[in-house]
Amino acid sequence: MKLTSEFRRSELAQGLVSRIHRRSKAPARLMEFCGGHTVAILKHGIRQLLPPTIEMLSGPGCPVCVTANADLDKAMALAKVPGVILATFGDMLKIPGSNSSLQEAKAEGADVRIVYSTMDGLDIARQNPEKSVVFLGIGFETTAPTLAASVLQAEQEGIENYYILSQHKLCPPVTRALLDSGEVKLQGIVCPGHVSVIIGSRSWEFIPRDYGIPCVVSGFEPLDILQCIDMLLTQIESGISTVEIAYRRGVRPEGNQTAQELMKEVFEPCPTSWRGVGIVPQSGLRLRERYRRFDAELAFDFDPGPTKEHQGCICGEILRGVKTPRDCPLFAKVCNPEQPVGSCMVSSEGSCAAYYLYGLDR
Amino acid sequence: MSHDLVARRFLPAFNNPHLAKLDDAAIFDIQGHLAFTTDSYVITPIFFPGGDIGKLAVCGTINDLAMMGAVPLYLSLSFIIEEGLPEDELQAIVDSAQRAAADAGAMIIAGDTKVVPRGSADKLFVNTSGIGAVPTGIHLSGGNARAGDRVILSGTIGDHGIAVLSQREGLSFSTTLQSDCASLNEMVAQMLEASSNIHCLRDPTRGGLATTLNEIAAQSGVGIRIEEATIPVRREVQAACEMLGFDPLYVANEGKLVAVVASEDAEQVLRAMQRNEHGREAAIIGEVTAESVGRVVMKTSIGASRIVDMLVGDILPRIC
Repeated sequence: MKLTSEFRRSELAQGLVSRIHRRSKAPARLMEFCGGHTVAILKHGIRQLLPPTIEMLSGPGCPVCVTANADLDKAMALAKVPGVILATFGDMLKIPGSNSSLQEAKAEGADVRIVYSTMDGLDIARQNPEKSVVFLGIGFETTAPTLAASVLQAEQEGIENYYILSQHKLCPPVTRALLDSGEVKLQGIVCPGHVSVIIGSRSWEFIPRDYGIPCVVSGFEPLDILQCIDMLLTQIESGISTVEIAYRRGVRPEGNQTAQELMKEVFEPCPTSWRGVGIVPQSGLRLRERYRRFDAELAFDFDPGPTKEHQGCICGEILRGVKTPRDCPLFAKVCNPEQPVGSCMVSSEGSCAAYYLYGLDR
Repeated sequence: MSHDLVARRFLPAFNNPHLAKLDDAAIFDIQGHLAFTTDSYVITPIFFPGGDIGKLAVCGTINDLAMMGAVPLYLSLSFIIEEGLPEDELQAIVDSAQRAAADAGAMIIAGDTKVVPRGSADKLFVNTSGIGAVPTGIHLSGGNARAGDRVILSGTIGDHGIAVLSQREGLSFSTTLQSDCASLNEMVAQMLEASSNIHCLRDPTRGGLATTLNEIAAQSGVGIRIEEATIPVRREVQAACEMLGFDPLYVANEGKLVAVVASEDAEQVLRAMQRNEHGREAAIIGEVTAESVGRVVMKTSIGASRIVDMLVGDILPRIC
């Protein structure tokens, strides 16, 4: 099958792997920003094929994982408001907030619906005019344009009972925050693929410019990732840092301008809190003044209660690349996908879940 | 209402002397080793490409018997019907259950219907039980896999799960994919004829191939090593999985089986499967190992290895 098989060809992969082995001399610590990359790396076993000189670290690129408990608690509280239907993506259901998950809220009678696109949320609003439909928008620049489109559509159709709880986050600002903290020294960054389809590879140019770190945007197939690592090695070897694309079938330097304009029309950047990282300026998206009537936080009276953190869970440090899931004392002992303690074990893009599900050394 | 239904819809369809008596229980003679199984079916939607809940229930029970090497003989069929289910839909399901039973050479000899108020069930729930005769000398069990055995898969994985998913509300995507829903007892009989060294048969339904292999590994106290490149997956299934963030290894099948066979007989069992219409795309996908006890390890398409774990909870679509 062309869609994926072309990018999983064993002989091409072996060729790239030997090239990487030949060229990798000095130790190089690379961070894959995106949870999707972490999953692909473990699922295809890419880490085992790399020379010991190359260390791959997971980054903060899992939208479900980086959502702070205080924000998750808002969603749980909103779901319990009488007359509210909370619509969201399937990933969100099992994520534990301070006290419970949406799945538990649903079991207790809250009307929580899984949808596949933001437009489905709008459909629910049309079909249930007597209820209020709140779309829990969690994601990065990939899903933010679709949330923006739903707001514009609701505005145009005059749908009065549609609201959003925007917990969308932006990737470049948090990357800057991580690099500024100086906690992790990186020789290269595997930049997110899907996010870059929207924002363009140019959005990463500040990294080589301000921090001198090579960047390559990668796709999610094994050959994409191996090629990306090989390109990073070339940059490291030559001592020249720049932004390159190893995912040309999806990413252009300027990105998807229509999607960017949609986002810009409806949202404006704001400070927001990231699990493990804290408040990062200009890294969240809130509704612009003229669309505030869609803001569920303003429209409803609800009390998320006090925020609690999970004792012993090191999701935060894992998301910063400071630790790996195997450093966590809870990993695969009290924390597993069936009984998750932290969000990184729940999300399909979470690094703990990926290490647990695919790691040979669990 | 229920009595009327039985008279008008069920008796004509399942026409056989056991049922026609309308006694409280069917009486029949049977000898030797018996296999007995039961299962309930609550699928949504009740009609899907390649089948419906009636065919699914009968094939599912036939297959449970077949996986033990039993020849399916008698089935029971109970319907819990939500008030308001159109009668023509019910008729279509009854007819299709009967066809599936007849095709597999089994007889539906006991049944029940209950109609419950709207909202107390989701259109139609079906329960089936089945009795089959296990021929002398057949001892199949998930606990019989031995190091060195080969693992054979009867065909492409994920067809049923993706075909059903494509019809779900809110997720209609266009595909020509059909569920693989089918009775496998005939193929199993042919396999058992081809070799007396089949150690274990299992149908990878809910939880998919990954879950079935893990169950066998745990039950037998062995490891299983499979090779990704050898596992047949339809292009449409792969595409839908990529789009939704699923792994075909975890998607349900309703007309496939996994056979664990002594290595010396693997080729002839494979050929017997390939001669049957339900096993044309059968392939040897791996082997049983003495290492990695209780685990399934897969050689990935790029030549590395990874764990293939059990399915945990439901598969949920991803965000991005």
